[in-house]
Amino acid sequence: MNRLLKERLMRYIFFTVATASITILLLIVVFLFREGVPIFSKVSISDFIFGRYWYPTSDPPDFGIFALISASVLVTVVSAAMSVPLGVMTAVYLAEIASFRVREIVKPLVELLAALPSVVIGFFGMVVVAPFLQDVFGIATGLNLFNAALMLAFMAIPTICSISEDAIYSVPSSLKEASLALGATRLETIVRVVLPASASGVSTAIILGMSRAIGETMVVLMVAGGAAMVPESLFDPVRPLPASIAAEMAEAPFRGDHYYALFATGIVLFLFTFMFNLIADHIAHKYKQTGEASL
Amino acid sequence: MKKLTYLSAILLITCALTISPALAENIVIKGSTTVLPVAQKIAEAYMKDNPDVSISISGGGSGNGIKAIIDGATDIADSSRFIKDKEIKLAVEKGVYPVPFAVAYDCIVPVVHPGNPVQNLSASQLKDIYMGKIRNWKKVGGPDLEIVVVSRDTSSGTYEVWEEKVMKKERVFPGALLQASNGAVSQAVSKNKNAIGYVGIGYLNQALKPLTVNEISATVETALDGSFPISRALFMFTKGWPSGETSKFINYVIHPEKGQKLVKEVGFVPLY
Repeated sequence: MNRLLKERLMRYIFFTVATASITILLLIVVFLFREGVPIFSKVSISDFIFGRYWYPTSDPPDFGIFALISASVLVTVVSAAMSVPLGVMTAVYLAEIASFRVREIVKPLVELLAALPSVVIGFFGMVVVAPFLQDVFGIATGLNLFNAALMLAFMAIPTICSISEDAIYSVPSSLKEASLALGATRLETIVRVVLPASASGVSTAIILGMSRAIGETMVVLMVAGGAAMVPESLFDPVRPLPASIAAEMAEAPFRGDHYYALFATGIVLFLFTFMFNLIADHIAHKYKQTGEASL
Repeated sequence: MKKLTYLSAILLITCALTISPALAENIVIKGSTTVLPVAQKIAEAYMKDNPDVSISISGGGSGNGIKAIIDGATDIADSSRFIKDKEIKLAVEKGVYPVPFAVAYDCIVPVVHPGNPVQNLSASQLKDIYMGKIRNWKKVGGPDLEIVVVSRDTSSGTYEVWEEKVMKKERVFPGALLQASNGAVSQAVSKNKNAIGYVGIGYLNQALKPLTVNEISATVETALDGSFPISRALFMFTKGWPSGETSKFINYVIHPEKGQKLVKEVGFVPLY
């Protein structure tokens, strides 16, 4: 075998390996659509997305996932309201304020939070947080939107913190030094120079964190309560999209309407996370930090 | 020489693999997911006692099981309901006579937090609570607290019984909490003094307070004599009167010392 042939062979092998994951992704997407689309011969797309009632096993059934979509969106937004300030501020502290030793201890610990299996977080929310919320706020049930958002915030914080910390840390020190030399205080430097300079990294971090929260299944299945209605308060039980799929898929008759409807719910969920990732990618490219030039 | 040894070994194995299923008896069971755990548990024990019998079990729902019996695609159909008139007609047209065997009772008990003073609810009160018409414990003789309604995922067999026996075709209101298993319902109710839920009789424990329905408490006796309103029989249908291995298996299932003991272990009410 001559060297050229070897070289070409290696190239093909690496190409195949590299495209394997893309092929698998494509196959899964094709499968998802093939199993989900048939439901739209029974209900129209707008009835499916804006329908208020989800009674997949009644006779006649109702396949409306508006309550589930609103639950997913609200849980994600509320959890972002908690995890974004916490995550970004922790990142600022670690990158800019903390001493080297504190940073070396705290950062791995925050990242360890991501290592907690979601079922453990869900169990914690169910057994510890739910009764606590119920007693403190005097509400009917602790399994609700707020509890789910809180648990999801725990899960999103490590992602947000870790990625934004990297972004903030990589802001060139010449920028900070220039700002300090011009007489700006440390706070002014962080808010006016460091954060804008690392905006793309921080936004990517936030969106990836949110995308993790919207797709998370186990936690919302265990602590969100599971009522398929549009919530009126922060303490109402809700049922996000993944919880519905996980709870019902096991016993939905194969290739029945219920089965198709659950896959269609999966398509909606996929479109959400896909959109989040597209936005993250777009921001990362558009506001790419290239040395000091872009400021 | 070495190659030859390998080759003959492979040949032998292939032969063994092709012959053994022909020797072993094979039973196919299909149908209700509610009956599935019962069938699975008993089939495991049966196969242990009779190593030359292989039993393959799949779910798919009662309707699919009975359809498979009519089409001759299975030896035994699990069903959580009795056969419908339409299905009998179809079976007779095809010259098949499905024979029902009641194998267990499925009894669902409404439960509340042990701290809840309510003892009894009528079937219609239960229905109104689950329809969202009664929202406060005060209206059914309890404290002035909001009722938190805990229900099961709509595809579970437990929900099916509840829908059939309590809801009577009405829908559970959307504000009901959904839990995906008997264990999760028990967890949610035992942690919440406002909650009401329902679990299979085998899942009752110290942390739950069972309610009486129409003043009848859920026990093995009341489930069997039909006086407790939220219970139903579970069936296995055979194609004609069972013979051979299928008849041996059915006998094993309804044997008080064998199958019926296992029925109790998986949380259903045994026949005896």
